[in-house]
Amino acid sequence: MTKLATGVAFAEFADAVKAAEATAPKTRIFVGMSTCGVASGAGPVYDAIAAELAASGNPAIEVVRAGCVGLCYAEPTVEVQVPGRPVVTLGGVTPARGRELVKELAVAAEPAKPLSVGDAIFKKQLRIALRNCGRIDPEKIEDYIRNGGYVQLAKILDGMKPEEVIATVKASGLRGRGGAGFTTGLKWEYARAAAAAPKYIVCNADEGDPGAFMDRSVLEGDPHSVLEAMTVAGYAIGARYGYIYCRAEYPLAVKRLEVAIAQSRALGLLGENILGSGFAFDLEIKLGAGAFVCGEETALIHSIEGKRGEPTVKPPFPAESGLWGKSTTVNNVETLACIQPILEKGAAWFKAIGTPKCAGTKVFALAGDVKNVGLAEVPMGTTIREVLEEIGGGSRDGRPLKAVQTGGPSGGCIPAEKFDTPIEYDTLGALGSIMGSGGLIVMGQKTSMVKIAHYYMEFSCDESCGKCTPCRVGNRRLYEILERILAGKGKPEDLPKLEELGNVIKDTALCGLGQTSPNPVLSTLRWFRSEYEDCIKNGGVKPPVYTVNDKCIGCRACAKACPVQCIEGALKKKHVIDQSKCIHCGACETKCRFGAIDSE
Amino acid sequence: MPLVNIIIDGVKTQVSSDSTILDAARKVNINIPTLCHLELHNKETVNRVASCRICVVEVEGRRNLAPACSTKVQNGMVIRTHSPRVIKSRRVLMQLLLSNHPKDCLNCYASGNCDLQTLSNDMHTDSNRFEGAHSDFMVETSSESIVRDLNKCIRCRRCETACNDMQTVGVLSGVGRGFDMVVGPAFHAPLEKTQCVFCGQCVKVCPTGALMGKSHVEEVWNAINDPEKVVVVQTAPAVRAALGEEFGMEPGKCVTGRMVTGLRRLGFNHVFDTNFAADLTIVEEATEFIHRLKHGGRLPMLTSCCPAWVKFFEHQFQDLLDVPSTCKSPHEMFGAITKTYWAEKMKIDPAKIVVVSIMPCLSKKYEASRKELSSSGHQDVDYVLSTRELGRMLREAGVDFQSLPDGEFDNPLGFSSGGADIFAVSGGVCEAALRMAAEVISGKELDSVDFEEVRGTKGLRHAHVEIAGMEVNVAIACGLGHARRLLEEVRAGKSHYHLIEIMACPGGCICGGGQPFVDSREEIEVMKKRAQAIYAEDAGKEIRSSHKNPYIQELYKEFLGEAYGEKAHKLLHTGYTSREKL
Repeated sequence: MTKLATGVAFAEFADAVKAAEATAPKTRIFVGMSTCGVASGAGPVYDAIAAELAASGNPAIEVVRAGCVGLCYAEPTVEVQVPGRPVVTLGGVTPARGRELVKELAVAAEPAKPLSVGDAIFKKQLRIALRNCGRIDPEKIEDYIRNGGYVQLAKILDGMKPEEVIATVKASGLRGRGGAGFTTGLKWEYARAAAAAPKYIVCNADEGDPGAFMDRSVLEGDPHSVLEAMTVAGYAIGARYGYIYCRAEYPLAVKRLEVAIAQSRALGLLGENILGSGFAFDLEIKLGAGAFVCGEETALIHSIEGKRGEPTVKPPFPAESGLWGKSTTVNNVETLACIQPILEKGAAWFKAIGTPKCAGTKVFALAGDVKNVGLAEVPMGTTIREVLEEIGGGSRDGRPLKAVQTGGPSGGCIPAEKFDTPIEYDTLGALGSIMGSGGLIVMGQKTSMVKIAHYYMEFSCDESCGKCTPCRVGNRRLYEILERILAGKGKPEDLPKLEELGNVIKDTALCGLGQTSPNPVLSTLRWFRSEYEDCIKNGGVKPPVYTVNDKCIGCRACAKACPVQCIEGALKKKHVIDQSKCIHCGACETKCRFGAIDSE
Repeated sequence: MPLVNIIIDGVKTQVSSDSTILDAARKVNINIPTLCHLELHNKETVNRVASCRICVVEVEGRRNLAPACSTKVQNGMVIRTHSPRVIKSRRVLMQLLLSNHPKDCLNCYASGNCDLQTLSNDMHTDSNRFEGAHSDFMVETSSESIVRDLNKCIRCRRCETACNDMQTVGVLSGVGRGFDMVVGPAFHAPLEKTQCVFCGQCVKVCPTGALMGKSHVEEVWNAINDPEKVVVVQTAPAVRAALGEEFGMEPGKCVTGRMVTGLRRLGFNHVFDTNFAADLTIVEEATEFIHRLKHGGRLPMLTSCCPAWVKFFEHQFQDLLDVPSTCKSPHEMFGAITKTYWAEKMKIDPAKIVVVSIMPCLSKKYEASRKELSSSGHQDVDYVLSTRELGRMLREAGVDFQSLPDGEFDNPLGFSSGGADIFAVSGGVCEAALRMAAEVISGKELDSVDFEEVRGTKGLRHAHVEIAGMEVNVAIACGLGHARRLLEEVRAGKSHYHLIEIMACPGGCICGGGQPFVDSREEIEVMKKRAQAIYAEDAGKEIRSSHKNPYIQELYKEFLGEAYGEKAHKLLHTGYTSREKL
């Protein structure tokens, strides 16, 4: 790759990339090869398609190692883009199906047996942050440029003032997607106003909420969108150096970032005198060692400095005194991924999406008791119900949902009767939860809310840095009270005690982690208090009792799955569970394909 | 700084805009309770981690409560420091702290001197409200100086700030996570295996009994009660300026005579003075200094009487081991002379002599255990007690200290010059050395022995002194953070000093890790008062220069021979070892 020394050279390069596509359009087979896809077997699928293509010698078809489109439930997924036709999405693709697909495309315009044609499967979604995920090869900068990448950076460096960039971002109404929802443009403005150099821009890629993988998806599927946005931010606030703080548990994201950084440097889009503008910017990746609290910006900054990853009091905010005491701007991956489209399409376009208070979209990770587990990007203001039922497909057993936990481990549980609430920072806050980074853990009727609260408190206890009293000791005491209640040793006075302690922790903890950690307890107490009362009255949570109903065809599958061999019954005869031996693990229910196991 | 208008508990006031809510409240007579907060030495060291949250207050318009210690005031701020919401939160926080704290105050050495205990008494809160898991750490006793009982630790991080920010020793930090997080060396290493210098500043700032000096009181009682032993006690210059505080006396009162009587009452056979050995140290050190000056030796020369400082450079400046003076510290010289010269003179088998040092210091306990400090053929010093331990022994023995008659030290090892007294304060060793060096080099008596230019309470000071037409540059550091800066200059070859005095503790030995505890807010005033007492002691002496001490002159004539000579080298000098960092 040759360094592009000027804006003109970049424009020529970008034109050449687009022209190649225009003169010889190709059918592209995108294989979803993010960590999730690879784990589900996308590697052999890709190899099979590539081998088949090589054998067929068809130059009009190209197979692409793409990122993830977010249909986790259907992995491995493959998307086919025939020039001039809508994208066709296939799910559960095997290597054999991959080979078949190449043959089909040689004779037919579209593959058979699709999950959906066109964007039907994404119809409730609006993909801004995820725009390129699954539709480009993240390891090819040309793919990113073909979709408009780096054009905005080149335009800005060609004479836009930093203040104009900040004004655009501010006018777009973009708010931080890491959880706190602070206005991004304002954050940049504060950093710009800070007098002392050097300044730093930091990308927070320390995604730690259990079940959340929005940022990973962006990093694995579209790393250049983050690099471009960081360079733009650097220009806007006056920073010449940046850090991407990425958790070490994301090796593929790190690898793709490394490839992307190398490509950007080779093209002269990072480094000294970018595109001849005189502006210099470079960045490096810092790996986090897996502490949840390092997602909190001051803790993250200390971790980059090589210190113990624990938060410090704000103010001073990082914009004033951050990395090594210098002005530092910390932006989340998803926030940065929105920058390029905002610059391309304008602040007004972005502002018009979502709600007046919350512009744009939000990516959610849907997990738990929901049919279509995966990622979904929807406009702000979409109701919880739309996300869970229309995109998520409702509960797996078809019964009505019970609750959803939003915002990761320190979010709250929202009951089904509130599912028509439009999703915004404030509306979720009013329900005792938070937007957080966008985790949605869906709970069905069988979920014990006391157990859920207990589970999340265990997580918060594990992940507390231990610095301040309320989080270190308070959370532990909350957890212990819940443990007693679950074990049948709860007392009625434990409930007000939980509330009092939880509220004091919220009111006095040092950082965002501590200030939100009691949310699962407080919100379940608020919406599901009777479950706590039952627990105290009935001596704890009773384990579910599993029985076999008449749908049983006698296939023996449950008996084989049972770890304590307590299911008896001849082949093709209705089975029976020996309740005296059952350990209530639920393996039989999970295994049964006929709905023949009841649990109460 | 511009002023801002604020309202605290209904009181309108104007404060500087860089004030914290805590500062501002104090201005209007409101003492917001604190635990982790600490300001030392005119705010040179501040612990503002805001980890305990006890100082939370309500600020109008703010979502959650604000820690007063680390929240700056803003114009128009309306603050409530004891609203129901605040009081309830503080009580719960205290209950949480107490829920993981042993409730055996009766067995705790910090009882009566414990911020947690005081505050919980003030709040009168139910210490058993929250039950649950307790920290379960082994009491760490690896070192000779400091004992750590982390079960009593409230994670205030004051020790960490003292260790890292003030002393730059870098041993203590947060270790572990969540409920198991605690403050200590990395990997929970025993203190003895770390670069800890045992200065004891961590012990001084600990608000509970989690960090304490290791006690050798039992061993000393046993020695006193052993009829086979001859128990000799020596007292460091700084002890007399603070011991009275252990008995409720005003700081700044020298209690030398009462201390001597008290030690006799405890049953020590001979009561001597480390001051005598301080004079001896000056004769050796000033002679070494003159020798280095005249013979092109390594300059600057650094003093070596502070064991914490010695261990500090052994760990941190291994390339500069030839810079400090080779002189042993005064109490070690005392031990060596007692078990040789004095033993011979008294015809006592040195094996039967037990030397006990009363020191303002915890590091001296470690120093006494250094194997090479045994040139007398026996460990030169057997036991070291801190000023606090002596106070405790006297109280235990029922000695009515305040009304004791004055006593006199035994001789010959009990007589000293004013130059020895000032070893207790930062700058004193340097001044005492200059008193002798100036007279020896110029061959003339000084008109005034007061080198005011080297005195003061600032952590880092320097002065030019003219001796016989020669410009001598001296620097004085107290506090190891300041010492580090001087050492880095030496390492870089940029130091223009001839003589550098270093004491590990801010203020010098009068504020050592073994001295009576002082409320941190009063510390700087107490430091000044103790220093005044020491300078008054010096000024009141007939002989003010060490080399004029007749008993020292006799010691050289009868026993040692030449100063800085062969025998003196064997008994009074030592060498340094390069030590690793954890």
